Amino acid sequence: MTTLPTTRATRAPLVRPPLSPPSLARAASTIVWRNLLHIRRMPEMLLDVTVQSVMFVLLFAYVFGGAIAVAGSDYREFLLPGIMVQTMVFSSAVVATGLTNDLQKGIVDRFRSLPIPRSAVLVGRSISSLIHSSIGVAVMGLTGLLIGWRIRNGVVDGVLAFLLLLLFGFAVIWLGIWVGSIMRTVEAVQGFMFTVMFPLTFVANTFAPTESMPTWLRFVAEWNPISAVTQACRELWGNGLPAPADAAWPLQHAVPVSVGWSLLLTAVFAPLAVSAFRRRSRD
Amino acid sequence: MGGTAAVEAVDLVKHFGTNRAVDGVSFVVPEGTVLGLLGPNGAGKTTLVRMLTTLSVPTSGTGRVAGFDVVTQPNEVRRSMGLTGQAATVDEILTGAENLRLVGALYGLPRAYVRDATERLLDRFDLTDAADRMAKTYSGGMRRRLDLAVSLLAAPPILFLDEPTTGLDPKSRSGLWAVLRELVDEGTTLLLTTQYLEEADQLADEIVVVDKGKVIAAGTPTQLKDEAGRASVVITLTHARDLAAAADLVRAHSPEVHVDRTGRRVTARAGGLGDMTRIAAAFEASGIELDDLGLARPSLDDVFLHLTGHRAEDAEDTEEAEPGPITEGAAP
Repeated sequence: MTTLPTTRATRAPLVRPPLSPPSLARAASTIVWRNLLHIRRMPEMLLDVTVQSVMFVLLFAYVFGGAIAVAGSDYREFLLPGIMVQTMVFSSAVVATGLTNDLQKGIVDRFRSLPIPRSAVLVGRSISSLIHSSIGVAVMGLTGLLIGWRIRNGVVDGVLAFLLLLLFGFAVIWLGIWVGSIMRTVEAVQGFMFTVMFPLTFVANTFAPTESMPTWLRFVAEWNPISAVTQACRELWGNGLPAPADAAWPLQHAVPVSVGWSLLLTAVFAPLAVSAFRRRSRD
Repeated sequence: MGGTAAVEAVDLVKHFGTNRAVDGVSFVVPEGTVLGLLGPNGAGKTTLVRMLTTLSVPTSGTGRVAGFDVVTQPNEVRRSMGLTGQAATVDEILTGAENLRLVGALYGLPRAYVRDATERLLDRFDLTDAADRMAKTYSGGMRRRLDLAVSLLAAPPILFLDEPTTGLDPKSRSGLWAVLRELVDEGTTLLLTTQYLEEADQLADEIVVVDKGKVIAAGTPTQLKDEAGRASVVITLTHARDLAAAADLVRAHSPEVHVDRTGRRVTARAGGLGDMTRIAAAFEASGIELDDLGLARPSLDDVFLHLTGHRAEDAEDTEEAEPGPITEGAAP
């Protein structure tokens, strides 16, 4: 193959050094490094949580916002927590497309042929997706500050709300892994996730108060986990009034209910996701 | 150490629903040797490799790599082998050097070793200039070479190669063969799958022919070619009217003669170059006009036709890399 002069040293056979198979933490962080390199090489991967979300903020704050009446609060204050939860929910689509892509291209097989803990691929993928979404949340926060959103309740509550967002993001990531393991192509995953995610994030209190919705729809919206998390963030950040007295039970206890929803979603989707991923990568 | 089994398949079976992709396959690859798994698309070659490399769990049967069971000791198996899959599984967004660094970290190899090995492997595979370019800018041949370099990073004693040269041009193919021969000289055990008899012939000590999930023949390349029928002399006439006379003439030199009327061709089983020269001389003396006369060696198709009675349903998209029957002047 080559007629280039090569030194004797480069031609000598490699001698295998002692292998020390990596721990889960080391293997997963290597995979995170690799996934983040992808983002650095293709910053357009972040469009979904940056430009797209900023566009949402501007559209709702300036186009629809004037027509949406929010009791006791400025609409922009009301909007920001909703958009942040939506950004977090979209991380399930991020994890699903990334995973399907790796499965399709045989990268997962390459990883699985190496002596690493079995769960490293999923753990690495989840962490990098959370980082991906967190970048989105940070961009939202800065955009919010520019247009008048503020954290009014002190540092502890403020940080608590961000942690709640991360916890909820972690829960919906399992849904993404499940979908990503079942579907065969990236296009199918994107189609499916956006058909499901858009109505889910809109039939909620994210963009408009639920009080004006028809009774049945209001019921659905108020039991939507996304509404509880949004309400919890609003309360912790001091954006707007507590839920109205006639709102459904989850909104009356938004913070503990959000934690509960996150744990419940994880309990339901994590086993489904792990078994679908195993099945997909066994054959 | 010599004589112990590096890879062992014992009655391996894999069913996908009702499809028996692999249906009871057994073979042994002794340490330091090369086994060629030969078969057409869909014969079950890839499934066999996936089972032996722990990517797929067998429906039944046993696989052992370096003495470790592929089902109960997958991590020991993964530490003992390298795999170059059918689709070059390099990360397109990472550079060549980063691909090696990624896999080095996942093997848990020392950093200094990875740095040194990366440099040497990139040099060995002619990729030094492309080391800092994203792999998506690589040609098909370069990707294959990078994939192989990645598989060799931890210097595994056993290497699995699934159709390593499918889709490569002849020059890249022979370059890859040269590298594989070096590895064998260094003591690596190879198990490679291929659709090309020529490739198995060039590299393998032992060939196992699979079709429809079953082993249909096994032996050294020479044994297999003998079984498939030896070389034949193929004579193409200028005029169809000479066919009968030509056939009579050839029969004096060969026990088995076949006449193809539409192709104006006479095919005769031959022992080698000597037979071809004698037949050529006889035509020279007879005055029958010829378009062509040559020696053809058995192809994968011939082996299959002989062993199974059906043609190898070959890939249609790999024509450029298909060696096919070779007409040449040298005796096999």
